Amino acid sequence: MEPLIVFDHLCKFYQMGEETVRAADEISFTIEKGEFVAIVGKSGSGKSTCMNIIGCLDVPTSGKYYLQGEDVGQLSKNALAETRNKMLGFIFQQYNLLPKLSVLENVEVPLMYAGVPKPERRQRAEAALEKVGLKEKMKNRPNQLSGGQQQRVSIARALAGNPQVILADEPTGALDSRTSREVLGMLQQLHQEGRTVVLITHDNSIAITAPRIIRLEDGKVIYDGPAKGKGALVTHDEGEEVAAQ
Amino acid sequence: MKLSESFSLAIRNILSNKMRTLLTMLGIIIGIAAVMVIVGLGNGMQNYMTETFQSMGTNTLTVTLYGRGTSRNVDEDDMYEIVSENSQYLSKVSPTVTVQGVKVGTEDLNYTSVTGVSEDYFNMRGYTISKGRGLQYLDVRDRMSVCVVGEYINQTYYSGDAVGQTIRLGGRNYQIVGVMAQEGDTLEEAGTDDCAFVPYSTAARASGGAINSYLVTLTSEDVASAGKTALENALTEAYGSDSVFYVMSMTEILGAMNSMINVMITILAAIAAISLVVGGIGIMNIMLVSVTERTREIGIRKALGAKERTIMAQFVMEAAVTSAIGGFIGIAVGYILSSVASVLIATLMQVSMSVTPSPASIAMAFGVSAAIGVLFGYLPAKKAARLNPIDALRYE
Repeated sequence: MEPLIVFDHLCKFYQMGEETVRAADEISFTIEKGEFVAIVGKSGSGKSTCMNIIGCLDVPTSGKYYLQGEDVGQLSKNALAETRNKMLGFIFQQYNLLPKLSVLENVEVPLMYAGVPKPERRQRAEAALEKVGLKEKMKNRPNQLSGGQQQRVSIARALAGNPQVILADEPTGALDSRTSREVLGMLQQLHQEGRTVVLITHDNSIAITAPRIIRLEDGKVIYDGPAKGKGALVTHDEGEEVAAQ
Repeated sequence: MKLSESFSLAIRNILSNKMRTLLTMLGIIIGIAAVMVIVGLGNGMQNYMTETFQSMGTNTLTVTLYGRGTSRNVDEDDMYEIVSENSQYLSKVSPTVTVQGVKVGTEDLNYTSVTGVSEDYFNMRGYTISKGRGLQYLDVRDRMSVCVVGEYINQTYYSGDAVGQTIRLGGRNYQIVGVMAQEGDTLEEAGTDDCAFVPYSTAARASGGAINSYLVTLTSEDVASAGKTALENALTEAYGSDSVFYVMSMTEILGAMNSMINVMITILAAIAAISLVVGGIGIMNIMLVSVTERTREIGIRKALGAKERTIMAQFVMEAAVTSAIGGFIGIAVGYILSSVASVLIATLMQVSMSVTPSPASIAMAFGVSAAIGVLFGYLPAKKAARLNPIDALRYE
């Protein structure tokens, strides 16, 4: 079977004045359907660039990104919007809920853009909220909920459209450790239900939730393998230190 | 996303910032109200003019004969014949002979209009007799010295009991046989009711001249120009010249004046419409601010699958709805101001002129305000649609 996500010698360069920043430098990896992968790296390692490209928010400078066999670099802006809508569910660090809408309406937004008729939209949004245990809060505004609850709403929103990939960008960055465990538990549960989950984080303790880790540094992949593997949790610098001892 | 959904979304966003929206709408409100009041004033003016002219008879033609330097002459029998020959346009005719000099007892009445007319005249004008009798065929045939006076003369000089009394007109005594029912709004000197009518035959003999002016009624107002042309052709044939008579049509004069008023109103409305443009710029300004404020929202919506045209439609819709609501309020304000203007004109100028905005002008005002919203909302909406989702998501 065809892999869901393929990065093939993918590069992304930014021009910062005179200097060219190589945010992603010849990155290649594949993610199969149903995998739970953490992309880990320090800030500036290129993980945000990877997340933007996987999320179809950005296109590569060179190299290829195939999402379910489709060459994303060739898609028009409209087709990118449609791909984001149908294929991807986003979970952001800052939740990114729309403050003027109710919790239920927030979950309905991707379905609305997908053109789902109103009664079905409501039903699916309610089902998604029920799954994250927030159905009784659906009439509330996001700011009436705690951080953990807001993040669960955003998980419900990501699930509502029934996407191929759940893309979580530092989902616990704004949460305390208890609610963090709750949210990570939810991601694990989604994985167990057979969904593809890509977790982007700088934090090793979060990353080990995923069975597979892709570690980035300076726009390059320095480790790609099981979370238990040697070097999965160490940066390049630390690795050298370990070797020297 | 359906149109109805972007509409309700727009309403929600507008309602979430009522004060700002109201201030933004103000330009549109003022513009629409101003255009409506001006167009309403124009309509009122036209109605007032039409009414005034109608009371003078829009279904009449006035014929003046000079007849000098021509071998032939046209007398009243010829005129009666011309009218009956053109009966598809012309219904009745009456000679009109002006008589100078009015005296009641020893008092001179300098402003009273005295006219020699036929027995049909009152009917043609739509006048009625309130006391006594009107002029009759026999009065005309036998050149009787009888007279019908207006209500002003009846009240002012005869204490309301004029029938049977005498009045001196053009140096002769006439017996008053009837009083004409009041025509004008008020009784005043030189007004409509300061008048007297005598048989034209009597008046013509007294003045010793030929009859040279006539009042002709049309079968309907619509044939005013056709009737005028027919009459002119007949007179040209009779005289062998078209420069010795003049036919005046009230309807034509009214038409000319109405088109003048229209030009004036159009110019004034165009000036008022400038404020609509200013209002539109106000909407554009606030929409640009709104796009900046909502950068993050736009980013979220784009990440969740909103296409450029969906974002664009949302913002254009918001501008159009803001502007259209402004238009609605403007129409309401325009109505209120029109009523106030009607009352003011009635009390200050003693003229009953109602300021009435036409339904067409209301429909247009609304259409224009919605169009302004779309036009001036386009640029900010384009800006919103073009935002890069990554930058927009990071925007604080």
